[in-house]
Amino acid sequence: MTQTNEDLLDDDLIEHAPVKEELRRRLVKGPDGVEFEVEPLRDYYCEAPPTVMPAAYSKIIEGLFNWARAESLWILGFGTGCGAIEMRPLMTPRFDAYRYGIQWRPTPRQSNLFVISGYLSVKTLKRVIRSYEQMPNPKYVVGLGSCTINGGMYFDSYNTITRLDEYLPVDVYITGCMPRPEALLAGFEELKRIVRAGKGEGANQYAERFDWYKANQKRVIHDWDMPDYNW
Amino acid sequence: MLRELYEQLKGRFPLGELSEKRPDLAFITLPREQLRPVLLHLRDQEGFTHLVLLTAVDWIEDDRFQLTYLLHDRQGARDIGLRVMLSRQAVIEGAPMESIHDLWPTAATYQRELREMFGIDFPDSPGVNEDFILEGWREIPPYRRDFDTLKYSNETFAPRPGRESQDPAQHMKAQLYPDGA
Repeated sequence: MTQTNEDLLDDDLIEHAPVKEELRRRLVKGPDGVEFEVEPLRDYYCEAPPTVMPAAYSKIIEGLFNWARAESLWILGFGTGCGAIEMRPLMTPRFDAYRYGIQWRPTPRQSNLFVISGYLSVKTLKRVIRSYEQMPNPKYVVGLGSCTINGGMYFDSYNTITRLDEYLPVDVYITGCMPRPEALLAGFEELKRIVRAGKGEGANQYAERFDWYKANQKRVIHDWDMPDYNW
Repeated sequence: MLRELYEQLKGRFPLGELSEKRPDLAFITLPREQLRPVLLHLRDQEGFTHLVLLTAVDWIEDDRFQLTYLLHDRQGARDIGLRVMLSRQAVIEGAPMESIHDLWPTAATYQRELREMFGIDFPDSPGVNEDFILEGWREIPPYRRDFDTLKYSNETFAPRPGRESQDPAQHMKAQLYPDGA
């Protein structure tokens, strides 16, 4: 169904982009003096593509889960563009998003909501994909500002993507350039309604259309020097 | 203030014309081989100790790249810019430019950027061939004016249909005076 990391290693990486030094196969000497071979792409990363996470066995249980998910949106503190500025008043007492059960976390492993805050350059897209794939399921993406919708004022830029949903599944877009913190709060409330109704299926969509997303990502990221699935 | 300095410099180095923008800001065009001696003189004798920026302009109609070295004199609160003209055709064919990273180490970063964005090569500059902002760039350097960013963006980034662009003046006129008055 999808490429494994091994295929990737043979085809894409070696032909198209130089593999980073730290990702190359090498001999490592352990502290006990034993030498062993390390193949970072195979040893350090998951080889399996993401899988669709089925709903809970009972509708009532799934409803409970969705309620719990909706009430604890943990945002990855990764500001990709100028919109990250709007999140500071949001997380401080002026707008205080914490009262809605929304908080910011320092690592993808602890968060389930990725706010793409504004324009996204190709270079950042690479880091965004890595971070997104490291977030645990279920996960949601909010596109913030016109730049994520149609490129905004960067519609003719040589290095900024014009359409976020080509590369990641997006649950909610918040329009504006930039949207005010109030608009963000309204957007988060909308996302809560979506999650509560069981329609926040971004992670499953990503797993189902993994090949399509990967193909789109690789079309713009020319020096693809990371594994296919960055788990 | 800067005209005096210019006359003084002109006695020592063959310089091009002076263009005064403000009492404390002026630009001097000078031949390429005079760049290093003039920079050294300004830095060590005249107090221009700070390299504010090093940037380029693509004069595609004149077939020239203009390099601007902007220096700041903190004591005298004045700035002077040195302009060097390079042949655009020669640069595209790979003609190198002298690096000034030994005068100001920060210049290495600017030169790395110019290498990537304009394709102006500074062979001696440390790390000049490493990726700076772009990663895996395949086209001609994007700041050159013959690079069509809109065309590139449309071909690469799958634009969302339905986007409209309007001339701001015409649009506001139609909004404010719908009957054309």
